Amino acid sequence: MTTTDAPEAPAPKLKRRRSALRRRNALIGWSFILPNFAGFGFLTLLPVLILFYMAFTNWNVFGKADWVGFANFQRLLGDGSFHIAFWNTIYYSVLHIPLTIVVSLGLALLLNNKLRGVAFFRTAAFFPYITSIVAIAVVWNLLFSPDYGPINEILRAIGIQNPPGWLTSTEWAMPAVVIVSTWRDMGYYMILFLAGLQTVPRELHEAARVDGASVWQRFVNVTLPCLRPTMFFVTVMLTINSFKIFDLILVMTDGGPGQATLVLSQFIYKKGFEESQFGYASAAAVALFFLCILVTIGQFLWNKKRSA
Amino acid sequence: MTQTELLVTGRRPLRKLSDPAPSPSRRVGQSSGRRRVGRILGYLALAAFAIGLLLPFFWMVMSSLKTANEVFSVPVVWIPETFVWQNYIDIWTKADMLTWIRNTLVLAVSVTFLQVLTGSFAAYGFARMRFAGRDILFLIYVGTIAVPWQSYMIPQFILLSNLKVSNTLWAIILLQAFGAFGVFLMKQYYETIPEELSEAARLDGLSEYGIWRRIMLPLSIPAIASLSLLTFVNTWNDYLGPLIYLRNPDLWTIQLGLKSFVSNLFDTNYALLFAGLTISVIPIAVIFLLGQKYFVEGIATSGMKG
Repeated sequence: MTTTDAPEAPAPKLKRRRSALRRRNALIGWSFILPNFAGFGFLTLLPVLILFYMAFTNWNVFGKADWVGFANFQRLLGDGSFHIAFWNTIYYSVLHIPLTIVVSLGLALLLNNKLRGVAFFRTAAFFPYITSIVAIAVVWNLLFSPDYGPINEILRAIGIQNPPGWLTSTEWAMPAVVIVSTWRDMGYYMILFLAGLQTVPRELHEAARVDGASVWQRFVNVTLPCLRPTMFFVTVMLTINSFKIFDLILVMTDGGPGQATLVLSQFIYKKGFEESQFGYASAAAVALFFLCILVTIGQFLWNKKRSA
Repeated sequence: MTQTELLVTGRRPLRKLSDPAPSPSRRVGQSSGRRRVGRILGYLALAAFAIGLLLPFFWMVMSSLKTANEVFSVPVVWIPETFVWQNYIDIWTKADMLTWIRNTLVLAVSVTFLQVLTGSFAAYGFARMRFAGRDILFLIYVGTIAVPWQSYMIPQFILLSNLKVSNTLWAIILLQAFGAFGVFLMKQYYETIPEELSEAARLDGLSEYGIWRRIMLPLSIPAIASLSLLTFVNTWNDYLGPLIYLRNPDLWTIQLGLKSFVSNLFDTNYALLFAGLTISVIPIAVIFLLGQKYFVEGIATSGMKG
């Protein structure tokens, strides 16, 4: 006891000064974050919390809300439209995610070469991504027009007698939407892949070439493993973006024909803003929320396991 | 190969480019010949991609110069015989383009300003200040990237309606200005600026706010440019936010206005519509071409640390 007393004597003073410094730092730190956090907390975090309350009420247009427990969720389970919206969302994602990865990675590999005009193509590829949804949807709607559209005219010209009805057919409406969204998104993901390709060490390629590996073998054994972090990021972003697909469908097909392209986000929008069943719409929104969160967490865990 | 495959993939030529070599025999003379073939195939693939990418835009611009009937003529008229420039004059009188453009500009400029200001300010707190709870808070910010706006748009709408800001431009400004993306992008960039610089400034007696203002802001001009351009374009193109919040036609943005043009199908003159669409795309195209380097860098850095 007595031996430890002496060195401890100056400690409280130092500690006090240090904690004062820490408090000051915390205050300054918070003052930096606060302007943004005030908006972020109020407009993002708070609504998410309210969402979880609303989903258990029958909140309607008059703002009257009674607690109804799991009734909304039970109703969702028996709602045919919700089932359709859910499976359409999955269908869209299953088509859109791999297609976009293949196309944008292909484009990135192509543009990573020393070909003339590559800079121009990088610009061109990115352009659809920054063009407004309304312009894209209107233009493609007319391009896809079954009788007057250029696409079917070209198809007929190369000998396809019965080209699909695209947006007027329940079978082809979703593939058409996927084509347009892939066309729109590929420039964005191409840039991510191009950035990833810069991190692939040139020496590895040289070594593999010396060992007689073919182009394809080098792609599979050198490029792809080096791209894994990029691939992971792209897959996560693509998945979330596919699950929440909405504006393109809203402008292009409005969920039609019938319910052929009705997706989860649109179901929420319809129930909420068109039919004013805010409570019921919130239950569907909770489903979308968990779909995104759980799949993202799953992807992170899987990635961790694979890199371990 | 169908037209649409051509439009979206261009995969076939690329596969050929990266096909496994049929035989492992490689002699020097052969490999240069093969390289030339690969190069030609590469150019073919590029050309296919370029056509697929740009054809819709080409068609949009050309259609905006047609007469109303020509848009739907069979066979398709790619280039009209005479350019109807009149469409670009009529659109201003037949639609409320000026109001729409003014509203959109007001929104895009104020959102960009606020996003850059609050985003870079908060990013300094996250990147350079050490305090309890900082990392958890940042994790929450990043975590919201996995939460789609569509899932909380209803409570957000009710919240803003209760504050009487729905159906005003303020709603969209509030909605877009405090995104996590700006904080994320600026923080990534701040972390590449050497700590010693701020340390030296601190020794010279500069406060943390002074360091942000005098050192970090000037050094992060490229990141600010990226963030500004991306935010501006996003707000300009936003359709869902205005659709939900802006009911009053006087408040419509250009996207809402053009969409309303499509909805009134009976008197829609498609050539006019295309003129409007082209006008709405032109500012974005100009901004993009001027600052494409910053677009690309902004997206590449925000994606680096997945």
